[in-house]
Amino acid sequence: MKGWMGKFKVLSLLGFVALFLSACGKENLTALDPKGYGAEKSLDLIILPTVIMSFVFLVVMVIFTIALVRFRKRKGREDFIPKQVEGNKTLETVWTIIPILLIIIIAVPTVWYTFVLADKADAKDHINIGVTGNQYWWHFNYDGMDIQTSQDLYIPVGEKVYLNMLSSDVIHSFWVPTLSGKLDVNPENENTFYIEAYEEGVYWGKCAELCGPSHSLMDFKIVAVSKTEFEQWVADMQSVDPEAVPDNEMAAQGRELFQENNCIGCHAIGSSPVAVGPNLTDFGNRTKLAGVKDMTKENIVAWLLNPEKIKPGNKMTGAYPKLSEEDASLIAEYLMQLKPSEITTEDAGK
Amino acid sequence: MSTAIAQKRSFAAVLWDYLTTVDHKKIGKLYLYGGGFFFLLGGIEAMIIRIQLIKPENDFISAGLYNEMITMHGTTMIFFAAMPLLLGLMNAVMPLQIGARDVAFPFVNALGFWLFLFGGIMLNVSWLTGAPDAGWTGYAPLSTLSPGHGVDYYVLGLQISGAGTLMGGINFLVTIVNMRAPGMTFMRMPLFSWTTFVASVLILFAFPALTVGLFLMMFDRMFGSAFFDVALGGNSIIWQHLFWIFGHPEVYILILPAFGIFSEIFATFSKKRLFGYTAMVFATILIAFLGFMVWAHHMFTVGMGPVANSIFAVATMAIAVPTGIKIFNWLLTLWGGNITINSAMLWSLAFIPSFTIGGMTGVMVATSVADYQYHDTYFVIAHFHYVIVGGTVFGILAALHYWWPLMFNRILNEKLGKLAFWTFFIGFHLTFFIQHFLGLMGMPRRYWVFLKNQELDLGNLISSIGAFFMAFGVIVFVINAIYSGIKGKPAPHDPWDARTLEWAVATPVPHYNFKQLPLVRGLDPLWIEKTEGNGKLTPAEPIGDIHMPNGSILPFIMSVGFFIAGLGFIYHMDNNLAYILLFGGMALALVCMLIRSLKDDHGYHIHKEELEREAD
Repeated sequence: MKGWMGKFKVLSLLGFVALFLSACGKENLTALDPKGYGAEKSLDLIILPTVIMSFVFLVVMVIFTIALVRFRKRKGREDFIPKQVEGNKTLETVWTIIPILLIIIIAVPTVWYTFVLADKADAKDHINIGVTGNQYWWHFNYDGMDIQTSQDLYIPVGEKVYLNMLSSDVIHSFWVPTLSGKLDVNPENENTFYIEAYEEGVYWGKCAELCGPSHSLMDFKIVAVSKTEFEQWVADMQSVDPEAVPDNEMAAQGRELFQENNCIGCHAIGSSPVAVGPNLTDFGNRTKLAGVKDMTKENIVAWLLNPEKIKPGNKMTGAYPKLSEEDASLIAEYLMQLKPSEITTEDAGK
Repeated sequence: MSTAIAQKRSFAAVLWDYLTTVDHKKIGKLYLYGGGFFFLLGGIEAMIIRIQLIKPENDFISAGLYNEMITMHGTTMIFFAAMPLLLGLMNAVMPLQIGARDVAFPFVNALGFWLFLFGGIMLNVSWLTGAPDAGWTGYAPLSTLSPGHGVDYYVLGLQISGAGTLMGGINFLVTIVNMRAPGMTFMRMPLFSWTTFVASVLILFAFPALTVGLFLMMFDRMFGSAFFDVALGGNSIIWQHLFWIFGHPEVYILILPAFGIFSEIFATFSKKRLFGYTAMVFATILIAFLGFMVWAHHMFTVGMGPVANSIFAVATMAIAVPTGIKIFNWLLTLWGGNITINSAMLWSLAFIPSFTIGGMTGVMVATSVADYQYHDTYFVIAHFHYVIVGGTVFGILAALHYWWPLMFNRILNEKLGKLAFWTFFIGFHLTFFIQHFLGLMGMPRRYWVFLKNQELDLGNLISSIGAFFMAFGVIVFVINAIYSGIKGKPAPHDPWDARTLEWAVATPVPHYNFKQLPLVRGLDPLWIEKTEGNGKLTPAEPIGDIHMPNGSILPFIMSVGFFIAGLGFIYHMDNNLAYILLFGGMALALVCMLIRSLKDDHGYHIHKEELEREAD
């Protein structure tokens, strides 16, 4: 029994180590391979206590194993009555003082970086973006730039970008593991923090506070592009003409249906502050449909016909006239050609 | 003797006996049955969650039902499984351990149980119309905006059972302060009684915060107030503070009694006195004290600012020190002993590595800057299951094996016990260890689905497989309990060669516990008498009449009244007829209170002669 157990323990331990080394998660989603300032500092403070605590665990396990092996009841010793020890002042002092020292080693950098990460003194010198959490999508409003967008947040690489976050309904939590730890998006008290991406890339973001049935489908992306590309993107977004009629015949029909069915009442195109539903200015460039589905025409049509099936509990279901499949297809044509900028996720290195 | 009589009685008579009982031993059993039932229910909910997450983008259950499942799993396991199982053990054992004939207020004790049971039924009735879906933490405004009546059931179920728990806590406090046997000073009290005492203090101070929070939520949902409604000038964050001011001490209400259980078992099966008894007692008190000033570590990402985050981070880390002291004291209790390893001891030994991992990750999540990553991910799920399963559930199972002979006069089967242990233990680590990594790899908690191609598939699959092992272990334990009840032979007196007073009473335990209250000469009084005396406790009084309380059906009816009134509160918004339930239920409860207050009930006496006859 015992030998078998020992083998099992060794095997399972090796298994876990192998698993850990082979994959610390998907690139640009995992917190274990940080590419931003906040995530980097968090990882430092994940590693330090892990090392210290693993040492403590090792000490406990060594004493535990020796005690079990040495002092287990043996033949010929069944009736042995051990000495009734009350305690040991020296030992007890040792295992009070050492943990206190270990805790101090962890506590000092913790407090230090808690203050460093909370420092917002230079917010005025950087890009500020208003973030609104909604069931179940994200809205972004670039301060002083006259740009509104949803779901995909474009930022310049290597620069601090301040996010000022508020929820329009219930509590959400803004989490892009590879760039930074999370911060709640509350219905009151605007929360501010900054993200800074070291590398270009498309980073996965997730909502981390239970917000309703589609909580797990409230994904978003952060698209970090080079500084010049970002400036280009800003210029393109600012020059969008919301009234533009597409050249494509089908898309033009789709635009008319978009107007007729009053989609525009909730979904702005251009920098209108209307944000009952996601802003669709750069919809054609989105990485994913509704945050989670592949950006195909089929999926868009499926969404338009029955959004409830893709995101249970979303606010669009039942809020618009029923569409025929043809109409949905035409609207999809229109939406897919909304590509105001040459700068896309392709430019983010991926 | 008493069981022999019970066997001859009809089913109806036994049922009536349990409905009206005020005997702490029977109430303890009722708590175990009730808590055990809800534990199985919460376990089924857990299995459904793990089946849903066995593969990416699974559609085993719908998103709405999934949220109901996680809410009910958490609420059921914390409030209606772990707590009542511990309260059951406290009821069954603590009065015997301190040498008392019952708790201070037997009637209130029964009332506490029935309120818990009807609170639990209330919560689960919600399955018929839609269960609560805002998480067991019920954060506003998700909970206040939640459609249907699910959250109303949550609020009233917890309110009713919370009143019962509060009564239980006060009752234990009064019992321990006033009813210890002669010579049983505070510093001679066994650790399980000590942790019962400290957990009761925690209940006394922590539950009112929950009660207040639940009332505010009840008013918001049912009577149009706006405590948590930002649009009308309320504040949604206040709920989180109220919830966690209760919620964090709650964690210690769950773990401290388990610490007490392990202290008893390690000492007994190592044949040694608990190492560093005084340090253990003060560590318990210190943990409880610090436990009240760390609640906001559940809220590091709320945006409280660096000052609050730092204070709560450091205060939380400080708890690791007394907890570490306890771990090392247990190790040194084993050291130099003569260790017997049986089922009770296996659960206790397995607690050491499991809980140490939970404690390690506890310090890790206390590190606020790192918690910005851990928070609300599977890392936290892993952490608190390591603490609550690896600590509390292991503790409860160890205690059941250890005290089964005392409570049910049988010894649980060792083979089945070991099978249950190994499958559950392996399953537990399979399920939860990998979740630490899932969290850091980007899997938030309370996710109905995880997407394909995010490298989360393997970890979730392993976790779900582990859950099946755990379920198997639980089933084996239940079979063991039933099997030993049917086939098992009566347990011998003091089967473990134990050290504390509960093993000094006659077997099976008479309903008056001690014929003569014992004189306690030191810590581990039974051990002292075994090694220095004749193995029997010296009586502290001559044989005399014993005053016993009468049974009463009033606690049961009173709880039914509150249950009916609760339904009235929930449905008065839909239908005016529900006011009949509301006022009718309240009237029923109040009439019971009136009867209890106005009708004198002096109890009865077991006469000296009767006791002397039984001695033969």
